[in-house]
Amino acid sequence: MSKENQILQPSDNSSLLGKVDGALVSILESISDPEIPVLSIMDMGVVRSAVIENNLVKIEIAPTYSGCPAMDVIGDDIKRAMQKAGYTAEVDLILHPAWTTDWITPRGRKALEDYGIAAPLDAESDKLVLLEGKKLVKCPQCGSTNTKMISQFGSTACKAQFQCEDCLEPFDYFKCLK
Amino acid sequence: MKNKNLYNYILGIADNSLILGQRLGELCGHGPSLETDIACTNMSLDLLGQVRSYYQYAAKIAGDGRTEDDIAMLRKESEYFNVLLVEQPNTDFGYTMARQFLFDVYHFLMLTELEKSTDLNLSAIAKKSIKEVSYHKRFSSDWINRLGDGTEESHSRIQTAINDLWTYTDELFHQTEADEAMVAEGVGVDVTKLKGAYYEEVNSVLEEATLSVPESKYFQKGGKQGIHTEHMGYLLAELQYMQRTYPNMEW
Repeated sequence: MSKENQILQPSDNSSLLGKVDGALVSILESISDPEIPVLSIMDMGVVRSAVIENNLVKIEIAPTYSGCPAMDVIGDDIKRAMQKAGYTAEVDLILHPAWTTDWITPRGRKALEDYGIAAPLDAESDKLVLLEGKKLVKCPQCGSTNTKMISQFGSTACKAQFQCEDCLEPFDYFKCLK
Repeated sequence: MKNKNLYNYILGIADNSLILGQRLGELCGHGPSLETDIACTNMSLDLLGQVRSYYQYAAKIAGDGRTEDDIAMLRKESEYFNVLLVEQPNTDFGYTMARQFLFDVYHFLMLTELEKSTDLNLSAIAKKSIKEVSYHKRFSSDWINRLGDGTEESHSRIQTAINDLWTYTDELFHQTEADEAMVAEGVGVDVTKLKGAYYEEVNSVLEEATLSVPESKYFQKGGKQGIHTEHMGYLLAELQYMQRTYPNMEW
């Protein structure tokens, strides 16, 4: 278990506008999710704020799932990248407001699809897909919606397993978390 | 310790997730099929993640230098306050799902109330956890339905599991002194008030699954006071093995 400090106090501002210092954006965009390497932690919506105070960079990240082991790696990756850029970084996990798949950027959604992971649907459709077996998830390989769920839980906490019944390819679906 | 009631209250919630997480983790590589194996370990991971947040908070309150790991790994059996239900063995997939279902329905109701806690830390953990637990509840309810309304064999085995585990459900709604103190402060959830909604939901899923609701009115209790069933010692032996064998080891 890591020794990251958790800040649990809710911060009222859930919008990212003005909360990430412009000088840090490109550094943060170069860090990817260790389990989905095509997705930067910025596009994932995991970074909630990043500010420079003197030479200390303070960064808040929101865990996708409570037990996601990637969070410890992301914390270490951030510190390493910041060090390379000449900063000392302090990384805090914040639980509130809780991360939601709505924070994945449009660019992030496209990266997921290109990588072969179906991007999350809205909450209502997600329920229909996972509970009632409705065919709404689009196969990232051939684009067909003739797909079926194999398992509600997949290779990582955030995904479910699907298969396309047209091209027969199995694929991951990124579950909606809201 | 200044805030002993809050500390004990947090452990009462967190220990349920730790012990159930450990039980589910036992299935890693041993689930009845690849999908169920992955599902059980995913749920275990969620629960253990939630536990870390609770124990980190508890460690801060204790303020005696102990870490989340110490709290998780280095208590004696009588110092764990989880309900008896979650420590019951996996036995077969029917028991595993029955235990999960009977806990998930409670867990979801409890977290819904904990979100309103005046303690901002607990409220934040509840808000985060409830999203995960709603997936757990969907999964276990779905399996109750499939097994109950499945074959003669699956029906009889899930019914047996429900009957056997039923005796541990009432304890979910008992309150300790610490619980009462925290409810009075607006921090804790009054679990006695969740009982009606709980049995209503459980019964309706059982009925849909063509299962009968057990009639037994005899219920076991003790976990919340640290008095556990014979299964707990074995579970802790495995959970604590590394820390006991190599004290202070770090991953």
